[in-house]
Amino acid sequence: MDCFQETVFKLKRYWAERGAIIQEPYDLEVGAGTMCPETFLRVLGPQPYRVAYVQPSRRPADGRYGENPNRLYKHQQLQVILKPSPEDVIDQYLGSIEAIGIDLKKHDIKFEEDNWEAPTLGAWGIGWQVMLDGLEISQFTYFQQCGGFDLDLVPAELTYGLERISAFLQGVDSVYDIEWAPGVKYAQVRFADELQSSVYNFEMAQIDRLRLLFDEYEAECKRLLSLYDEKSECKKRFPVIPAYEQVLKCSHLFNLLDARGAISVTERVGMIKRVRDLAVGTAKTWVSQQS
Amino acid sequence: MNFLLEIGTEEIPHWMIPGALKQLSALDLLGAKPEIDATPRRLVVRATGVPERTPDTEDVLLGPAPSPGFSAGMAMDKATEGWIKKHKLDIQDVYIQETEKGRRWGAARRIPGKRALDIFSETLPVAIVGIQWPKTMYWTAKNGPRFIRPIRWIIALLDDQVIPFEIAGVRSGNLTRGHRQLGSSSIPVTIENYETELRRNFVILSSHERRHKIEKEAAALGAKIDSDLLETLTFITEYPTAIRGEFDPKFLELPAEVLSTVMRHHQKYFSVEAHPGQLAPNFVAVMNTSGDPEGLVKHGNERVLKARFNDARFFWDVDQQKKLIDRLDDLKKVTFHAKLGSYFEKTERMMAVVRELGGDQHAERAALLSKTDLTTEMVKEFTELQGVVGGLYARAQDEPEPVAQAIYDHYQPTSMEDDIPATREGQIVSLADKLDTLRECFRIGMIPSGSKDPFALRRAAQGVVKILVEAKLHYDFYALLTPPLTDFLLERVQHYFREIRGFKYDEVNAVLASSRGTLADVEDRLTALAEVRPTENFEPLAASFKRIRNILKQAEFEADGQIQESLLEPGPERDLYSAYQRVRAQIQGAGYHAALEGIASLRPSVDLFFDKVLVNAGDPAVRVNRLTLLSDLLTEFSTIADFSEIVTSGENK
Repeated sequence: MDCFQETVFKLKRYWAERGAIIQEPYDLEVGAGTMCPETFLRVLGPQPYRVAYVQPSRRPADGRYGENPNRLYKHQQLQVILKPSPEDVIDQYLGSIEAIGIDLKKHDIKFEEDNWEAPTLGAWGIGWQVMLDGLEISQFTYFQQCGGFDLDLVPAELTYGLERISAFLQGVDSVYDIEWAPGVKYAQVRFADELQSSVYNFEMAQIDRLRLLFDEYEAECKRLLSLYDEKSECKKRFPVIPAYEQVLKCSHLFNLLDARGAISVTERVGMIKRVRDLAVGTAKTWVSQQS
Repeated sequence: MNFLLEIGTEEIPHWMIPGALKQLSALDLLGAKPEIDATPRRLVVRATGVPERTPDTEDVLLGPAPSPGFSAGMAMDKATEGWIKKHKLDIQDVYIQETEKGRRWGAARRIPGKRALDIFSETLPVAIVGIQWPKTMYWTAKNGPRFIRPIRWIIALLDDQVIPFEIAGVRSGNLTRGHRQLGSSSIPVTIENYETELRRNFVILSSHERRHKIEKEAAALGAKIDSDLLETLTFITEYPTAIRGEFDPKFLELPAEVLSTVMRHHQKYFSVEAHPGQLAPNFVAVMNTSGDPEGLVKHGNERVLKARFNDARFFWDVDQQKKLIDRLDDLKKVTFHAKLGSYFEKTERMMAVVRELGGDQHAERAALLSKTDLTTEMVKEFTELQGVVGGLYARAQDEPEPVAQAIYDHYQPTSMEDDIPATREGQIVSLADKLDTLRECFRIGMIPSGSKDPFALRRAAQGVVKILVEAKLHYDFYALLTPPLTDFLLERVQHYFREIRGFKYDEVNAVLASSRGTLADVEDRLTALAEVRPTENFEPLAASFKRIRNILKQAEFEADGQIQESLLEPGPERDLYSAYQRVRAQIQGAGYHAALEGIASLRPSVDLFFDKVLVNAGDPAVRVNRLTLLSDLLTEFSTIADFSEIVTSGENK
């Protein structure tokens, strides 16, 4: 039986053998692997790209003080982008499931419709949730739009829920009982983070300060984007990735405020739009810079 | 010739497959009848008796006009010779034609038919890409073809020949693919062995057979068969096999509604009953594979269900820590609609509508609490249980039973087949909810048009109509509404009585065009009208009423006086007047059915009147008197239905 990190190694190896760059997690807070520049920006434009990375993904509202066996503030996703999607992409995906030790002839796999949409990113795609013996283990999406752009090459995005898959492989009922490394449980590695982050997110995060930070990051992003000149000869130097990082900050602060119950009805719609405007703005700048 | 088309795709959403098949059943196969079937990964059309080619046809090629005075034996003019040369015509075939534009040279031409193979290789790609789907995608590149999911292979055969074409880089051929795990991924087939080869590769092509297999196996395992779920499972599997699993009986403490929702909607399992109305600690799952000899799939599904049930129990416990009544303030944070504010505001409006409808204290209390379950963990997780959860919690928190039941039911009816709320309180809260949504959306101009109805206002309106009629509520329908909402609701009233209740459209029009009032009364009048309509006098009388209306309209007549008995001519006119008086007295206080029969009995008198009496009499006083008689007849007897709306035989619409 493989421990958590061994399963991760195998998946990374599998995709590396199929031409994917193995990236490391992005070093900012994100709600999902999709939000990393390695996905959000790279899927734009005509350049083929293949990448795989584990991304710890933060969802403040899902925190449960480490008490719920299946729900986490920060869970680990393995994100794979294949751009353009190969003809046998589903076979390749199923091959990865076999590679981590699941004999598909003995199990029940179903692809159930599940289209994905991220309003804050101006992004959506068509796809499925992949069910293994009734358990959702992956999300499979053909991107159609990102940052408001129709994509030139349609990428396939495969997102593996690593905790779920490991719990399945190891036959444990709680994510905290997953063996992370030989002799080391998930709880030993992550419980303190789950507990403390839940306390912070739900009880101690200072609403006024979070709002202030949101405004500041938004202002910085806007300032940067306003300075971009598509006719400039040195447009390649323009810091569009740092501008996008301000968007990620805003998005995470929005999630925190939301978990804190600080966002009113009318404000909510407005804040989502503010984040989307920034995301669409950076996407536009990125596309222009690439051309 | 025999025909086979298999469009091989990645997994198509189950609910879209029947619609696609319906379109494919209209595929033009030169007169042969398409036989259709599908699995999630293939749409299939087969046919026998396809003609090898279309028949040859003839037409006439027209040329120049013959020179004036031309007759047989004369030399042809230059233009005609040129025309014959240009089209390489045989002089024997050329003759003079009479056409609309005068005499012209013409030549009969034979147009050879086309091979079916050639026709199909042009028409099939267009027809395939032309299938309409609720949502499509592109997968090759921007501006590439769109389909529901990527097309990965295509079989197109006419007998043993491939019909050649290409879609999105996929060339048609004779290779199919079997079940993803159990079959081969490249199987050469012929039309004759196609279905057998699929079966050998663990694909049951016939959806009928899959449905039957699921139903039989699941029933044998004790499943309570749910036809919607059965349909779903039929179209998410290529080789369905049912298995039975267990769960810890301690979960049976949770409400059956929650357990069933988790099993049916989230896990697509059939539930199992120990005896009617009592769940057993079992479920039946349908796999897309041939068996589970080691019990791995069963074990996996049991683990998932256990986690789901644990979640549900956790939600239940957490939710009980805050009573529904204490959640009112939290509703301020739940958006109803950006322009219409929060559910807190909606609740306040609903309370006002409940008062307007004369609801009692229980109805008011139910309205107050009706939306608070939106803030519970249970509803956040299982949104389809909104209302139901509120009702269950209200009961657990010792709210009076009528309050709990009203909350439980207040989203009903969610479709035309769904029941209306069981209690008067529930009916009033449901009405208040829907009326508020309708009034408010119309107020801000969110009016459905065509297929655009994002807030499901038609369904809400349909619910209002269904409750008003079926609960026999005595609200004046028109007083509840203001234009243009009135017209929107009237459309639903017509839809309801026509499509759901099966009344004829002209009967519905006739009743709605007469007096206004409650919908329960509309129903009574319609029922009577439909009963009396087939009797012999009714339709002819309706035709006469239409005639009366036209006469009054042409005369631009507005009755403002009494009928002068002294001016009535003895005979048919006086007879009609006494018949009018007799029937008027007779239907006084009678039921609608008896009244309509009475009115219909006027027919002979009316017929005779029109036969013998001239309305437009020379004497103006007599004329006015006759028009007054007709006008009185019309108004007096049109309160149940406006007969002039009835379409009588021999008349089209």
